[in-house]
Amino acid sequence: MITLSHFIVLGAVLFCIALASLFINRKNVIVLLMSIELMLLAVNINFVAFSRFLGDVAGQVFVFFILTVAAAETAIGLAILVLLFRNRSTINVAEIDSMKG
Amino acid sequence: MELSTSILLTIALAPLVGCLLAGFFGRFIGRAGSHSVTILGVAIACGLSFYVLYQLTSGGAPIYNQNIYTWFEIGNYSAHVGFMIDRLTAMMMVVVTFVSLLVHIYTIGYMADDPGYQRFFSYISLFTFSMLMLVMSNNFMQLFFGWEAVGLVSYLLIGFWYKRPTAIFANLKAFLVNRVGDFGFLLGIAGVLYFLGTLDYTTAFAAAPTLVGKTLQITQNTHWDAATVICICLFIGAMGKSAQVPLHVWLPDSMEGPTPISALIHAATMVTAGIFMVARMSPIFELSETALSFVMIIGATGALFTGLIGIVQNDIKRVVAYSTLSQLGYMTVALGVSAYAGAVFHLMTHAFFKALLFLGAGSVIIAMHHEQDMRYMGGLRKYMPITWITMWIGSLALCGVPFFAGFYSKDAIIEAVGESHRWGATYAYFCVMAGAFVTALYTFRQMYLTFHGKERFVVVHDHGHGHAHGHDDHAAHDEHHHVSHKDDHGHHEQGIMHETPKESPWVVTLPLILLAIPSIIVGFLAIQPMLYGEWFGSAIHVNEANNVLGELAKEFHGSVGMALHGFLQLPFLLVLTAFAIQTYIYLFNPSVADRIKNALKPIYNLLNHKYWFDAVYFIVFARGGMALGRALWKGGDAAVIDGVLVNGSAGLVDRIAGGMRRLQSGYLYHYAFAMILGLILLLGGYWLVGQ
Repeated sequence: MITLSHFIVLGAVLFCIALASLFINRKNVIVLLMSIELMLLAVNINFVAFSRFLGDVAGQVFVFFILTVAAAETAIGLAILVLLFRNRSTINVAEIDSMKG
Repeated sequence: MELSTSILLTIALAPLVGCLLAGFFGRFIGRAGSHSVTILGVAIACGLSFYVLYQLTSGGAPIYNQNIYTWFEIGNYSAHVGFMIDRLTAMMMVVVTFVSLLVHIYTIGYMADDPGYQRFFSYISLFTFSMLMLVMSNNFMQLFFGWEAVGLVSYLLIGFWYKRPTAIFANLKAFLVNRVGDFGFLLGIAGVLYFLGTLDYTTAFAAAPTLVGKTLQITQNTHWDAATVICICLFIGAMGKSAQVPLHVWLPDSMEGPTPISALIHAATMVTAGIFMVARMSPIFELSETALSFVMIIGATGALFTGLIGIVQNDIKRVVAYSTLSQLGYMTVALGVSAYAGAVFHLMTHAFFKALLFLGAGSVIIAMHHEQDMRYMGGLRKYMPITWITMWIGSLALCGVPFFAGFYSKDAIIEAVGESHRWGATYAYFCVMAGAFVTALYTFRQMYLTFHGKERFVVVHDHGHGHAHGHDDHAAHDEHHHVSHKDDHGHHEQGIMHETPKESPWVVTLPLILLAIPSIIVGFLAIQPMLYGEWFGSAIHVNEANNVLGELAKEFHGSVGMALHGFLQLPFLLVLTAFAIQTYIYLFNPSVADRIKNALKPIYNLLNHKYWFDAVYFIVFARGGMALGRALWKGGDAAVIDGVLVNGSAGLVDRIAGGMRRLQSGYLYHYAFAMILGLILLLGGYWLVGQ
């Protein structure tokens, strides 16, 4: 029997993996975008799970909104990435430190 | 006939108008215009002052006392500008305007070549205005205004030749020393306001008896008598202005100013403001025996010991300056024994003969081309007979030779001190008696050194220059003297004159003659009414028990009788002795002077260094003040305020910011980590609190 806790644990595990990849990754900005995407998906799983178990469809409607926004966000992120590569000739995260104080 | 407000306003304001015209428009109206307009202003004031005096004495005018203008009001207190004209005031007005008028005229001759001609006339007119405001005032506030204003003008005029470092030093010194006195004076006025609730003369004096028994609590168990505190504070003001020991040090230095100023401000009028003030405050001073004893002892000390310094001075003006200090001491002693009328009487006679002596000294200085050292004079009597005769008249008056003005006032003071039983009167009596001898010593020495004996200068006509431009050269040279008198010793050798000394022009000698006349007769005429009559009326208040002049009046049998009697009295015998000694030394055997000097070397040194007053003040107050200032600058300003407060707080921000910026690595993953960490801490915090 698959209970609500299983879904929530799955969401939490996905979120933590995304979080870890956010810190651990020192190479590629694309991976950053991907891990952000993964975080959003983890949240979506929670939404869907709760929606199913509570019998409220609003949660699933919310997931569509989040997916749309995430797609738009990723598009903007990739556009910035392209510009970044044009200017700096690199997408290595460890080299992007012009905000250093 | 009653005095009208408009006349009194004209008296006070005419010199002010002259001052403003000469001061602000001097360049347009020129030299002649400047002196005409200021002399006209002072002449109007002088004429009207005589009219006011006449109205009060013979015209039956009542005492004028009115407020003219309200300056400001704070709560129950309102500050007024107003005049109180009684006989004391009228007499002061006449003395001030008369001497001022003559000094104005004299200045035309004395300052003829000076580039600051208009400025000078503007200043002395401003002085006349200030002094009139001081004496005509009907309240303490206006008195204080006049008091400060004359101090300011004195400062400006001592430093008139502002390129001379010594003049700048002297005027700063005068101003600072006066500040000490003025602080006491202000405290005294504050005391009057605190205890009597008003600064108006008539109300304050009417309320003065309520001071008896009141005390001022200083500490838990110390209570000072209110009247004594007020009087001593007020008198400290007088000590500053009237140059009493130990605040006398500024007066000899004030001789750096032009001679007309020495005559007007530092001998005849301004320095007597303190005497006038104490006489005016007599209803308050009468309440405190302690304060009067203090006044008397200070005055007596000054009368004798500053006179002694005069004996060793070589500068002709400084001799007269020390003589002024000594005579101011006499006036103060008279105040101290409650002989206020005697003090004011001596003030008046002194104003005439001392102004005469100063202007005479100035005349000599003109003739000697600004040489002031008496060791390079001598035998001038045949070159300048008018100056010689008028200065002898002034000297005899100063020494107190019977029938001259000074005799009546000084003898009255000496006798009044003798009559007094106040604590310290014996000391004061000794001082004023010995002072008479000392006065004669320095006066005759000065006269002999200047006018008699051998000429101690040589006249060398300029051979290097042709006669034609020799004269021009001289005029230029003269101007240079005025501007930077002290610098000229380098190329102007002392004791060498380029032309024979000659009598000064009439603008100089006329004031001398006009001052010589009152120096002879004013004492003879005025002693009966002023000292022994009820002339001052309610202006001066003396308790019956202290009325030493009343005692003297019983033995007074007319001016002639007093003078004839004076020939046999100790003071005149002392003067005669001094005359004999100085005649022998300076006319017949000049080497004696040096031998005495060498024999009494320690005393000579003591006197020549003016009892080391200046040195001590310089070390303690000037150096001490500078050290204190430096300590506060380095320690307080630079270290605490700059170092800790201003730069310290800036540095703190800088260090915090320096730490903070190290956190800004610029790496995305650091920021992300910080965000997550923050989130965890926040949630963890909630969780913990929730527990």
